[in-house]
Amino acid sequence: MQISGAEILVRCLQEEGVEFVFGYPGGAVLEIYDAIFRQDKFKHVLVRHEQAAVHAADAFSRSSDKVGVALVTSGPGATNAVTGIATAYLDSIPLVVISGQVATPAIGLDAFQEVDMVGITRPCVKHNFLVKDVNDLAATIKKAFYIAQSGRPGPVVVDIPKDVTQHRAEFHYPDSVHIRSYVPATRGHSGQIKKAVNLLLEAKRPFIYVGGGAVQGRAEAEVTELVRMLGVPCTNTLMGLGAYPGSDSQFLGMPGMHGTYEANMAMQHCDVLVAVGARFDDRVISVPSHFLSRPKKIIHIDVDPSSISKRVKADIPIVGDVKLVLRDMLEQLKQSGGKPDAAALAQWWKQVEAWRGHNCLLYTPSDELIKPQAVVQTLYEVTGGQAIVTSDVGQHQMWAAQYYKFDRPKQWLNSGGLGTMGFGLPAAIGAQLANPNAQVACITGEGSIQMNIQELSTAKQYHTPVKVLALNNRYLGMVRQWQEFFYGTRYSESYMDALPDFVKIAEAYGHIGFKVENPSDVEPVLREAFSDKLKERLVFIDFRTDQSENVFPMIQNGKGLDEMDLPPHMRDIQQVPFENNRDYGNMC
Amino acid sequence: MRHILSILLENEAGALSRVVGLFSARAYNIDSLTVSTTEDPTLSRMTIVTHGSDEVIEQITKQLNKLIEVVKVIDLNESEHIEREMMLIKVRALGKDREEMKRMADIFRGRIIDVTEKTYTIELTGTSEKLGAFIEAVDRAVILETVRTGASGIGRGERVLKI
Ligand SMILES: Cc1ncc(C[n+]2csc(CCOP(=O)(O)OP(=O)(O)O)c2C)c(N)n1
Repeated sequence: MQISGAEILVRCLQEEGVEFVFGYPGGAVLEIYDAIFRQDKFKHVLVRHEQAAVHAADAFSRSSDKVGVALVTSGPGATNAVTGIATAYLDSIPLVVISGQVATPAIGLDAFQEVDMVGITRPCVKHNFLVKDVNDLAATIKKAFYIAQSGRPGPVVVDIPKDVTQHRAEFHYPDSVHIRSYVPATRGHSGQIKKAVNLLLEAKRPFIYVGGGAVQGRAEAEVTELVRMLGVPCTNTLMGLGAYPGSDSQFLGMPGMHGTYEANMAMQHCDVLVAVGARFDDRVISVPSHFLSRPKKIIHIDVDPSSISKRVKADIPIVGDVKLVLRDMLEQLKQSGGKPDAAALAQWWKQVEAWRGHNCLLYTPSDELIKPQAVVQTLYEVTGGQAIVTSDVGQHQMWAAQYYKFDRPKQWLNSGGLGTMGFGLPAAIGAQLANPNAQVACITGEGSIQMNIQELSTAKQYHTPVKVLALNNRYLGMVRQWQEFFYGTRYSESYMDALPDFVKIAEAYGHIGFKVENPSDVEPVLREAFSDKLKERLVFIDFRTDQSENVFPMIQNGKGLDEMDLPPHMRDIQQVPFENNRDYGNMC
Repeated sequence: MRHILSILLENEAGALSRVVGLFSARAYNIDSLTVSTTEDPTLSRMTIVTHGSDEVIEQITKQLNKLIEVVKVIDLNESEHIEREMMLIKVRALGKDREEMKRMADIFRGRIIDVTEKTYTIELTGTSEKLGAFIEAVDRAVILETVRTGASGIGRGERVLKI
């Protein structure tokens, strides 16, 4: 029996086991919306802006192991989705985004609501398709899901002209896909793994650097086993938080621009570095030349060969699925019977503990002003470290990453690659739908939240009881911090004038709003927000925080990992050249 | 350093723009590009002449391989290869220049493929350098128009690029 293209699409999504489609209707996709109406296998979530549809689908994926699905109309719907697609692309998140297109005879004629979606998204998708014939539709959707989640994951756009959704064809969903030109790596080269194992056993100052690839590749168990078996310190990048438990003593905190003193010093001074699904981003190592100014051997494991030796040359490159590579590595490590150099490790840990002893995340508490760090720490306590936390972009994002200890992967969702303000709230909605019983908190700023605040309406419609914590410093805080450091405190356009009353906004959308101005109210209000009484409600908390607080440590552009701007209580120690540090002995 | 990359890719709409887009998005250079289908109609073959450090070429190769439609990429520079480019050049050919032009074309093994009272159009094939040398050798003032295909290359001997 022949069915319409729209019906075929719906059947494909059902075959893929899709539970939620996040979208927004329009002329080009009306046929699809009609077909969705006539089925009840998956739910459609109507967002208020297409950017939010993609972020919500993205976070649905980030907080589960499924592919996120978004549906947008042609033209403005499609262009609104681009920021979300680029966000997912830079963070390697598996998504299938379906966009409507004008009918095939109208393509290329500057038709109403026509935009070259395949052209516009080409630089920010893993792959994209324009389906010109209804007979190709099912196979294309199958390919899209396969490409999105295999190898290095990423977003795939399928652009479907309106007439293709109307044309009829037999439905046949392929069981499997074979694309001769696309064969993602799986097992790592055993010879290389052997070399890596030997190098690790010889290391005097080993360090393990874990990125988002370990989260996406679900390699947390293997990462944890490796770190513990070797007894070495490790770090998780912003995207890797949770891959190794954040509350464990072998974890030194996040590295990079706003990383901890101990993680950055260890990264700079180690002799063998294992990068696991991490790509030496400029926000992590700043400039490669400085990072390499201390000789070290680098073992780099990644599913994407182009991530290896892109910024920093790897001595031992291992291309493969991180989980499988680490398994092979652990196996070889066990079989080799070798043991790490205990004496050297003890020395190394002594140094690491000395660095850690400075307590670089210490801040000055206050009875008068709400310290943003304290809000995050209190959230951690109130939620018992169990919440799924989304964030937007800015100072609050860095404080969230620094002060909430993530023990599981897929618990921390943020736009690390593109740095998209407006991600937090729609992401929280997507995460809540994927994890109906979880506590979901969105840590945001008064600037960021206003980029997609209309999603409070979506949250109302779908009863997603997320807790929004706005760290409201009345500034585009991160911009203000840079202007303070690098532009002579000329706060050009970083002051958020004419701020709305967020409590009233929350109430206007049918939610609960609190305004908190006193540090002593932070904990009670958070307890109330997460209490059973408000379990079913979205709560928006407007924390009026200390306006002058800055994120430390900080590495300025072009500076090395051991040239951090440190918080006030550490300003002196930065002066002590590392080599003269007695604790370090003659290991350098 | 100058490199000559050979790429086999699916003969699909949009595949070429993906390759070209990759170069522009990542700020790599394309010195020349030729593309056409192969004896297998499902496959196109592309030759890209580019330049860059070894690290840049390594990245280009990896990024190209990452494109879904790209089946294979080889750097012809890595072993012996043959390279050809074709040029059509239209020159003024009047009076004593006419004889001179004919002689030059012969020396470079060119063929005069179109003749008018005042012009010759010459077809020349060879490496890019040879074509360049021809342009250098003739008086600039007589060149009316040139069109070049860009280099295409193939490995020497038994070595083939196939799936
Ligand atoms: C869409 C978008 N526009 C601009 C920026 C640049 N930017 C980065 S952080 C920031 C300030 C964010 O302010 P706010 O949300 O109030 O957070 P705070 O830094 O104060 O915690 C800006 C404007 C961005 N990351 N994303």
